[in-house]
Amino acid sequence: MIALFSPSRLGAMLAKEFVQMRRDRITFAMMLAVPIIQLLLFGYAINNDPRGLPAAILALGQDRYTRAVVSALEVSNYYRFGERPQSAAEAESLMAKGEISFLVTIPSDFGTRVERADAPRILVEADATDPAAASGAVSALGTIASRALQRAQGHEPVTDPASRGGDSLSFVVHRRYNPENITQYNIVPGLLGVILQMTMVMMTAMALTREIERGTMENLLAMPATAGEIMLGKVLPYLAIGAVQVVIVLGAAKLLFAVPFLGGLGLLLSCVLIFVLALVLLGYTISTMARTQLQAMQLTFFFFLPSLMLSGFMFPFAGMPGWAQALGEIFPLTHFLRIIRAIMLKGAGLGDIGDEMFYLSLFVPIYAGIALMRFRSTLD
Amino acid sequence: MSATLAIDVRGMTKRFGRRTVVDNVDLAVATGEIVGFLGPNGSGKTTTIRMICGLLRPDAGQGTVLGLDVRTQSAAIKRQVGYMTQRFSFYEDLTIAENLTFVARLYELKPVEEAVAKTLEGLGLSSRKDQLAGTLSGGWKQRLALAACIMHQPRLLLLDEPTAGVDPKARREFWDEIHRLAADGLTVLVSTHYMDEAERCHRIGYIAYGRMLATGTVEEVVRGSGLVTYIVHGALRPEQMRALSMADGVEQIAPFGASLHVVGTDRSKLEAALAPLKGEAGIGVEPGETSLEDVFIKFMTGAQERAA
Repeated sequence: MIALFSPSRLGAMLAKEFVQMRRDRITFAMMLAVPIIQLLLFGYAINNDPRGLPAAILALGQDRYTRAVVSALEVSNYYRFGERPQSAAEAESLMAKGEISFLVTIPSDFGTRVERADAPRILVEADATDPAAASGAVSALGTIASRALQRAQGHEPVTDPASRGGDSLSFVVHRRYNPENITQYNIVPGLLGVILQMTMVMMTAMALTREIERGTMENLLAMPATAGEIMLGKVLPYLAIGAVQVVIVLGAAKLLFAVPFLGGLGLLLSCVLIFVLALVLLGYTISTMARTQLQAMQLTFFFFLPSLMLSGFMFPFAGMPGWAQALGEIFPLTHFLRIIRAIMLKGAGLGDIGDEMFYLSLFVPIYAGIALMRFRSTLD
Repeated sequence: MSATLAIDVRGMTKRFGRRTVVDNVDLAVATGEIVGFLGPNGSGKTTTIRMICGLLRPDAGQGTVLGLDVRTQSAAIKRQVGYMTQRFSFYEDLTIAENLTFVARLYELKPVEEAVAKTLEGLGLSSRKDQLAGTLSGGWKQRLALAACIMHQPRLLLLDEPTAGVDPKARREFWDEIHRLAADGLTVLVSTHYMDEAERCHRIGYIAYGRMLATGTVEEVVRGSGLVTYIVHGALRPEQMRALSMADGVEQIAPFGASLHVVGTDRSKLEAALAPLKGEAGIGVEPGETSLEDVFIKFMTGAQERAA
């Protein structure tokens, strides 16, 4: 009679599982590294109420009220006023490029109106392509500016303290590119990047690993196929699949979600092509490292997770601390998201996104180089 | 560099990390010859074959394959060599015809359809060409793999344990095909575990622990081993068996059905060890022929002792 449960048999099973777990080093690393990465990213990098947002002030007047408001804004930690554009056109271009999220324009008659208590106004333009990043900062702006103005007036002996011009200060907020604050406008173009990243990297990584796992690689290498031919032959089909995905997502963006499409389709497609090429080459690189399809999948997720969190897809990029932003720059998705949002929602042209396009295209030779270097055209 | 040698390599050495898998192996195979490559598991047979067809870079050694430098011209060698891997390594999720088309196009055979049709016909698989390769039986997979390997009419065929897991009839047919190909001038290097297959080769090479221990025809290898064999008929009592196995001069005892093969190097010592059995009722002792297997077991134990 065999016992239904034997501690020693269970012990044997447990011991065997732990030994196997330890042998598969990539899986083991994943089990330990993924929680740590998640913890660090979620814990430190992610901030839904971002501070230190890149902003610019366009102060058209030189009076002391303007200066008071400007300096108050500059010391607040909600904004980081790095740029001082000289003209409205310059400010516009900074925003289209995505270098600033906010533009505060103080009209030239601001001082006069304050003194006359004639409804002084400040114009705030927020880049609402990422609604989450915009809203908190916009509401904070009013408080900071009103207080600064009151203080400036309070120290002013000439003005009648009873007039309290600061109270009548009004803000005209323009939510640029997405006046209705529709989340889909932000998410749907971003999803194109995420979907492409997910499928392209994983499919390519698995495709080559499958050959190794099934033993067909040995045969392939014994036949007269070169490393370059094998790589292109593996990469191009997935490029075609990527093209189908692009059509589906862009079609859905227009028909189902009514996401505006302001920029040029040709420019967008060129960027998508660069992006997909980089992804497919990355997948190929992963497949030169993984021995099995399972490992390839794990390595893909290892890349996928931080890329999703640090790219600005799920959480505002500007809200992350400096180290997280720096880390985010090494993912192609980060650059692609900036490009696609700029083209679709802001109508950006080549001049506005040229830099980002350049960074994105850098990934292609880097990944291709690593892949070709790592590819073993022999079995050793 | 003799033009009649299809493979002429010397000092081939391959290390994986600190382990030397193939150690200073020389191999010469004449054109049109079938050479059997024997040795225990893990002895370096596959590694040697992979070095010859350019899949592995040798750490040391030099020579020519089909007159091409084995170290620098592996791409050119690949074009003229057919390599059949130990494991079925065509695409199980492609049909037979699709697999053959793929191979034909990689080798740039023209016209592709004709090459595929001819191969299918030769295989007798024309009617099943749209069947997935993965659904074929072991014997058919092996035939398909062989057909795919010789589609581009290589001058040298490298077969790595081609008949593992194949039934005797299919094995017989496979060897008939190999001999037909060799008669047409194809050179064949085939690794195997089976002694009967070794005996179907023109020459054999025996490799153990990465070292080539013997080469020559089967007779030469057997003779060269210096082994003497006696066959003992009848049932031995356990104490007789024990005494025999402990006796000086007895190196191997292998049961073959109702008889025993008793093998040793020194004839007089062996005869002395067997002397007590002579005259026992129901037991007969007579000189026998040393088999290739006996020789290999001696090689294996010898190499093991040296390696240990």
